[in-house]
Amino acid sequence: MSAHASHAPNRSGLWDWLTTVDHKKIAILYLIAGGIFFLAGGFEALLIRLQLMYPESSMVGAKTFNELITMHGTTMIFLAAMPIIFALMNAVVPLQIGARDVAFPFVNSLGFWLFFFGGVLLNTSWFLGGAPDAGWTSYTTLALNQFSGHGVDFYVLGLQIAGIGTLIGGINFLVTIINMRAPGMTFMRMPMFTWSAFVTSGLILFAFPAITVGLVLLMFDRLFGGNFFNPDAGGNVVIWEHLFWIFGHPEVYILILPAFGVISEVVSTFARKRLFGYSSMVFATALIGFLGFMVWAHHMFTTGLGAIANTLFGLATMLIAVPTGIKIFNWLLTMWGGQIRFTTANLWAVGFIPTFTIGGMTGVMLAIPPADYQYHDSYFVVAHFHYVIVGGLVFGLFSGLYYWWPKMFGKMLNETLGKWNFWTFFIGFHLTFFPQHFLGLMGMPRRVFTYLKDQNLDMGNMISTIGAFGMTIGTILFVVNVFVAASSSKRAPADPWDGRTLEWSIPSPPPEYNFAQTPLVRGLDAFWIEKVAGNKGMTPAEPLGDIHMPSPSFLPFLMSLGLFIAGYGFMYHNYVVVVIGMLVTFACMFTRSVKDDPGYHIHEDEIEDKGVKA
Amino acid sequence: MKGWQQFWRQLSLFGLLALALTGCGKDELSTLKPSGPVAAMQFDLMKLSSAIMIGVFIVVMLIFTYVLIRYRKRPGQQGIPKQVEGNHALEILWTVIPFLLLIVMAVPTVTTGFELHKEYPKEEALQVNVTAHQFWWEFDYPDLGVATSQDLVLPVGKKVQFTVTSADVMHAFWIPALGGKIDTNPGQENKIWLQADKTGIFYGKCAELCGASHALMDFKVEVMDQAAFDKWSNGMKGIQSAEPATATSASAAQGQEIFNKSCLGCHAVAGKGGKMGPNLTNFADRERVAGILAHTPENVAEWLKDPQKVKPGNNMPNLNLDDAQTKALVDYLDTLSVK
Repeated sequence: MSAHASHAPNRSGLWDWLTTVDHKKIAILYLIAGGIFFLAGGFEALLIRLQLMYPESSMVGAKTFNELITMHGTTMIFLAAMPIIFALMNAVVPLQIGARDVAFPFVNSLGFWLFFFGGVLLNTSWFLGGAPDAGWTSYTTLALNQFSGHGVDFYVLGLQIAGIGTLIGGINFLVTIINMRAPGMTFMRMPMFTWSAFVTSGLILFAFPAITVGLVLLMFDRLFGGNFFNPDAGGNVVIWEHLFWIFGHPEVYILILPAFGVISEVVSTFARKRLFGYSSMVFATALIGFLGFMVWAHHMFTTGLGAIANTLFGLATMLIAVPTGIKIFNWLLTMWGGQIRFTTANLWAVGFIPTFTIGGMTGVMLAIPPADYQYHDSYFVVAHFHYVIVGGLVFGLFSGLYYWWPKMFGKMLNETLGKWNFWTFFIGFHLTFFPQHFLGLMGMPRRVFTYLKDQNLDMGNMISTIGAFGMTIGTILFVVNVFVAASSSKRAPADPWDGRTLEWSIPSPPPEYNFAQTPLVRGLDAFWIEKVAGNKGMTPAEPLGDIHMPSPSFLPFLMSLGLFIAGYGFMYHNYVVVVIGMLVTFACMFTRSVKDDPGYHIHEDEIEDKGVKA
Repeated sequence: MKGWQQFWRQLSLFGLLALALTGCGKDELSTLKPSGPVAAMQFDLMKLSSAIMIGVFIVVMLIFTYVLIRYRKRPGQQGIPKQVEGNHALEILWTVIPFLLLIVMAVPTVTTGFELHKEYPKEEALQVNVTAHQFWWEFDYPDLGVATSQDLVLPVGKKVQFTVTSADVMHAFWIPALGGKIDTNPGQENKIWLQADKTGIFYGKCAELCGASHALMDFKVEVMDQAAFDKWSNGMKGIQSAEPATATSASAAQGQEIFNKSCLGCHAVAGKGGKMGPNLTNFADRERVAGILAHTPENVAEWLKDPQKVKPGNNMPNLNLDDAQTKALVDYLDTLSVK
C-alpha cells in the first residue's frame, strides 16, 4: 500500500515517555509536569500567606519573601497554568476536530521538553544561590545586576527556553486547527473549546515574541553589560514595562480564553442543551483576543504616560467588558430550560460564573485610570487578578480535568472526593481573596513582606491566610482523587457524560490513531446530532485502511537538554559549556533535517475498532 | 440548590461583618476616608463604578440562582430539552446595555482624568520635589530653599505640585488618604498634585516592589496650618544657612563629634554633609524612626546598633558603635529640632 510501510516501534516504560510524539501522551506529560509546578507554586503561596498571617511577623526574611512572590507568580503563570492549558489542548483539540494527531507531532514533543527544561532551570535557582527576587514582572532597574542577585539570570534564561516551547506549541495548534479538521468541520461548527484554543494560539503567536525581545535585551544588560534599561547610561526603564505588558496583557487572555472554552463545553453538556448564541460566542472570543492586544498600558497607568494615553487605554479596556458580558449571559441562557446535572465538572463550571463575574467587575473598576491611581499595586489588584486567574482559569482547568479525565486516562475521578475538592477550594478561595479587595482599599500595598501593627490590616490578612488553608486542602483532595482513580480497576465508558462533541464518539482512552476512520461532521455538536438521529456512532468519511503514524523520537529531549546546558554556561560565563550545549542542540537539528524518517503504518487488521464500512 | 443559596447568604453576611469589624480602615491610611480633593474625586469614581458593578452582579446572580433552582435535573425526567440556537434580541440587549453602562462611567473618567493631570505653577501651588531611594524618601522645597526627608511637611488646604523621580530603582509615591499614586522612575520626572484638607499625620507608602525592604519604605505626611508651616520652613531655612549649633550637653557634644566623623559623609545636617542618606536636620521632630519605628531613644539606638536588622538591604553600614557611643549619638540626634 505504501512505499515505506514499516512496523510500529516497540517502546515501553520510561523510554516510551521520553520519545513519544503522540499528542495524548504529550498531554499527560504536560499535565504531570504542570501539576508538579502547580504544587510548588501553591506551596510558595502558602508560605507567603503564613508570613502575612500576623503583622510584623518574621517567619521568612524580607529577601526570601521577595523570592517567594517572584517564583510564585512566574511558576503559576508560565510553568503551571500554561502547561495545564496545553495539556487540555493536546488531549482534546485533535479529538474535537476529528484529527489523527496534531500537524507537527515532533514539534509538539519539542515544545513540551523545552517548557520542561526551562522550568527546571528556573527552579534550580533555589539551590544555586537564590531565586529571582525582582517580582514576576521583573521591572528594571530592580532587575539589573546592580540591584538584584543571580536569581534574575535564571528567570531570564529559563523563561527564554520555556518561551520557545510555548511559541512553537501555539503555532502547532494554529496549523492543526486550520488544516486538520475532519470533512464537514467548518470553522463555524468547531466546538467552543477548539475555538478558544485557536484564538489562544493566535495570541501566543503575537505575544510571545514581545517577551522574548524583552528577555533578550535584559539578558544583554545582565550578562554582557548592555545598557538598554540603565538610565545612568542613557537607557530607559519604561521600555521594559512596555515590552513586558505587550506580552503580559495578551497573556491574561491566553490564560482565560481556554477556561471560557471549557466552561462552554461543560455547561452545555451538563444542561443537555446546545450552547446559546454560538456565533456570538465565537465573535466574542475573537474580539476579546483582538482587544487583548490594545490595552497593555492599563498595567502602567501610574507610570506617568499622561492623561491622554491613560484615558484612551482606560476606555479601550472597559470595552472588553462587553464581549465578556455576552459570554456570561450566554452561559446563563444555555442553562435556561435545560436539565442541569451537578457533577463535579459542572460544579466547577457553575462556580466559575459568579466568581469570574466578580473578577470582571473589578477589572472594569481598574480600567478607570483616576481610580486606578488608588488601586494600582495595592491588594485590590491582587484580589482582582486572583479572582480572574484562580476563580476563572483554575476553576476552568479543574472543570476541564474532571470532564475530560475519563477520556484522557480511561478512569473516572471519584465524584464524592471531587465535590469535597470543589467546596473546600471554592470556600477557601473566597475567604482568601475577597477580604483582599478591602485590604487594598485600606492602603495595603502589594508585595510587602510585612505590615505594621495599628493599621487595621490585621484581621483581613488573618482571614485571608485561613482561606489559603482551604485551598490547600482542596488541592490535596484532588491529588488524592487522582491516586484513587489510578488505582481503581473500573474502566470509563467512551461517553460517560452524554457528550456532544467528537471526542466522546471514540473509546476512553482513545487508541493511538484516535479515529479508525475519519468522521464526517454534519453540524455543530457533531456527535449529538448522530445520537439524536439514532445512530450508534459517527458516519465515517473514508474507507477503513492502513493508518500512517509518525515515529517516536528522542531528539526533542536532547535538543532541549542542549539549550538547558547552554543556559548554565551563559549564566556562569563559561563559554565552553555554552558551546557544548549549543552543539548538542544543533547536532539534533542537523540529524532531524537530513535523516529520512518515513514513520510507520498501523495495518488495517491491527485496528481494534473496525468501524463501519464507508 | 439549597447549599448554594446558603453559601452566598453566608458569604455576603461574612463580608459585611468583616467590613463592620474593620470599619473602612484607619483614617490616616485608607482610600475610603479621603482627606483631600484628589482622594475625594477618586473615591467618587470608586463609588460610582462599584455601584454600577454591584447592580450588574445582582442581575447576574438573580438569573443564575433562578436557573440553577428551576432547571436542575429532576429524577425521572424524560426527553431532551429544546435545543435553542440563540436569540438575537436578547443578545443585542446584553451587548447594548453594557455599552450604555460603560458610557456612564466613561464621562467622569475622562473629566477626572484630565483634572488630576493638571500641572500647577508655583504661583498656585507649593512645589515639592520628591526623590525616592532604597528605602527612604527625600523631599525638596525648591522655592523655600528647604530640604527634608522621611517626614513630608505640608500646609493645609493648599495645592501641592509634586515632581517625583528616583535615585536608584522604581518606587511609587502613595499617600492613600490624600490621593492616588505615581511611580518614581529613575532617569525621568513625573508630576502629580495633591491637597490635604485636614491637619494631622497621614501615612505614605511605597507601592512598587523596590527590593528587600519595600514593605518598610513608609513615610509620614505632617499637615499643619499655614502659620505653623511658615514657622517650620523658616526654622529649617534658618538652620540650613547657619553653622550647626553646638550641642548642649557633654554627651550630646560627644555624639556630635562621632556624627561629624562617621555620619556627615552621607547625612546632611543644617546644610552641611552628604546626600547619600536622609537629611537629618529636623530628626528630633520626626514622627517615626526610619519611617516605621516609634520615635523613642530606644528605637533610635536599635537602628544605630544594627541598621540591617531594622531595614534589611538598606545602604547604611553597621558603624559598630559601643553602648556609650550609641547613647551619645542618640543624645546628639535628639537635639536636631526646628520646633
